[in-house]
Amino acid sequence: MPETGEPGTGFRNIVIRGARSADVPAIGRLDERITGVGKAEYWQDMFARYGERPGRFFLVAEGDGRSLAGFIIGEVRAWEFGSPPSGWVFALGVDPAVRLRKIGSRLFDAICACLAKAGVDTVRTMLARDDNLNMAFFRSQGMMGGPFIQLEMPLDPPRDGAEG
Amino acid sequence: MKLQKATRCALFAILELARDPERQISAAQIAEKYGISVNHLAKVLRDLTRAGLVEATRGAGGGYRFSGNAKRTTLYEVIEMFDVVAASRAVRPEAGDDSDMGRALGRVLAEIDDITVSTLKSITLTTLLKIVQRQAPPEPEGTAKAQTGADAEATAS
Repeated sequence: MPETGEPGTGFRNIVIRGARSADVPAIGRLDERITGVGKAEYWQDMFARYGERPGRFFLVAEGDGRSLAGFIIGEVRAWEFGSPPSGWVFALGVDPAVRLRKIGSRLFDAICACLAKAGVDTVRTMLARDDNLNMAFFRSQGMMGGPFIQLEMPLDPPRDGAEG
Repeated sequence: MKLQKATRCALFAILELARDPERQISAAQIAEKYGISVNHLAKVLRDLTRAGLVEATRGAGGGYRFSGNAKRTTLYEVIEMFDVVAASRAVRPEAGDDSDMGRALGRVLAEIDDITVSTLKSITLTTLLKIVQRQAPPEPEGTAKAQTGADAEATAS
């Protein structure tokens, strides 16, 4: 559902809407500005998998003059390690030039509304421990530590002659 | 993680002041509200004033006022002023640290410390005040006591 910004909330005339294929190059450029890594193919693939798909939500914030102010992606996942269906947000980007204007909050609110409408009552995300900016953002939205903990280990390189 | 008495005083004080930055409150009022020593609190407030987080006004009607940026100040910054947040990163080495057991134990403790630090660094005073607003009002006294008793039992077992 498109959402129109109100005067006084910061960036005026912002619209939150579903991403379209024409948005993908701008999303890739914005992500590259934020992360310093260009990955055009990844964003094409993300749009193919999450854009305009039921149960999957790829939203953008469009500012004045149709400029891309931000994006957010999420989906409903079920039964991973016994977890009942829950919402997952796994990508968020806001143009650094328009930060602190509640665009991230509005994208997050919009995707939470989509997830709730899809029938889940919990939303989760996963972040790097030292990603203070995004961690502080999600906490400011009300997110707290959940019942899961992420674990990992380095893998041994494949041995010569090993199957696969 | 157990906070030192001074750290708890500092957090109670700064959060109480940041809740309404326009309001001036005396140390005695804060001490009474949280059941803490006013002498202890006065010392902590001096440190918070020196750090620029709190402003003191002298004379009749004087008191303390929040003067920092609640959206930018994290719990980590306040706690770090009075406490050792990541104890396993303490500069002073301890006996056994260089042994294989000591190194393995150090990795596990460092993992716990890393999570503690990132949690405290991600929660601003504004975010904590939002948590306060969201949480349910305290239960009536009788119920709270019963709950405390149940907790004590669970801990003991």
